Amino acid sequence: MSQNTPSLYEQLGGQAAVDAAVDIFYRKVLGDDRISHFFEGVDMDQQAAKQKAFLTMAFGGPHHYTGLDMRRGHAHLVAKGLDDSHVDAVIENLGGTLRDLGVAEGLIAQVAAIAESTRADVLGR
Amino acid sequence: MAAIHYADQRFELEPGQSVLDGLTGQGVPVPSSCRAGVCQTCLMRSTEGTPPTAAQHGLKDSLKARNYFLACVCHPTQDLRVVLPDAEEDRQTATVRGLDLLGGGIMRVALECHAPLDYRPGQFINLFQGTGQVRSYSIASVPGLDDHIHLHVRRLAGGRVSGWVHGELRPGQTVTIQGPAGDCYYPSGTPGQPLLLIGTGSGLAPLYGIVRDALAQGHCGPIRLYHGSRAPEGLYLAEELRALAQRHAHFDYIPCLSGPDAPEGYAQGRVHEVALRDNPKLDGWRIFFCGHPEMVKLGKKKAFLAGAALRNIHADEFTVGPATEPGA
Repeated sequence: MSQNTPSLYEQLGGQAAVDAAVDIFYRKVLGDDRISHFFEGVDMDQQAAKQKAFLTMAFGGPHHYTGLDMRRGHAHLVAKGLDDSHVDAVIENLGGTLRDLGVAEGLIAQVAAIAESTRADVLGR
Repeated sequence: MAAIHYADQRFELEPGQSVLDGLTGQGVPVPSSCRAGVCQTCLMRSTEGTPPTAAQHGLKDSLKARNYFLACVCHPTQDLRVVLPDAEEDRQTATVRGLDLLGGGIMRVALECHAPLDYRPGQFINLFQGTGQVRSYSIASVPGLDDHIHLHVRRLAGGRVSGWVHGELRPGQTVTIQGPAGDCYYPSGTPGQPLLLIGTGSGLAPLYGIVRDALAQGHCGPIRLYHGSRAPEGLYLAEELRALAQRHAHFDYIPCLSGPDAPEGYAQGRVHEVALRDNPKLDGWRIFFCGHPEMVKLGKKKAFLAGAALRNIHADEFTVGPATEPGA
């Protein structure tokens, strides 16, 4: 029944939208004093690839993330004090990125909801 | 269906099967992670046959140009002969044709390769000392401008290979090299793009190659080279670079000294800080960082925050190999 309704990922513009968003999003995150310290010393190219995978997932695109991947991938950050306020900041930057790209608020809310759905796993709860 | 040739074996792909699945399904250990064409863990290179452009999405142009592709999203329509990036056995021999001290403890090594070496200035080659020790050195020469391959080897305290280059190597001697590799070089196709090149110490080697390559290819956008050192003697090739800047109005050479006092003609400060201060808006720029790993890391981040796109930031960290191994 949903054959004719474009998916969220398609509505956002698919892979091209991810490509357009990744630098903007990563720049916002790195420039955000609330969370930038979590990214100190990481390899930027590798990190950008991870951001791309994250954006693909949040945009409703094809991905292979599992809750367990999310837990494992963030455990070392939780140990460094990653908490709800930091997840809030990331989701806020995600919304800001999409607004910069002129995405409609309705779609932004859907993306934020997908990102939100990973919160418990990211925070290891 | 297309077939994949890897390590002298032929792998028939089933309909819809990716190169990654075709190889790993037969026990070939190709590293992978996201399996969605994103993380680039499964990067491979085709040495025969052109990979589909869809399998090169997101790769730097310099990698695309050399037929790199992502195996997990590669569905070829023609046969490909493929290698893993690290498994390329491309060693050859070369004769040492020149050894010149450039100043700052830097030796320029000129090598004549016994088989033609297809390289881009700024890429690196591995130099073998006998069969054991090996170090990577960036290429400062430009095909068409220089007869030989030029490397800039800085003598490191206790450095094995650099000590051998400075103390024992002689013109006429034969050495083994491997490569070239690396994607820190001038890409053709954007002649008007502003270029910013930032290096410390012998990190000048790739930048010296890239600048002259860009000029030789008719680059018309601004080119700004910042070379940093603690003391003036570390800024080797300064005369050549000043002369080059005189000949080309769109090329600027800015020597930087990180020590407390900078004589006239030098900028004072750490090289990436001076360069970013002079050029605070980097949207649309292409930027090269070469040299000290800490400078490269900090510089990349600052350049990115100043608006440069990640795909336009090239970097070579000059890590130093183990000086003297225990018991050696």
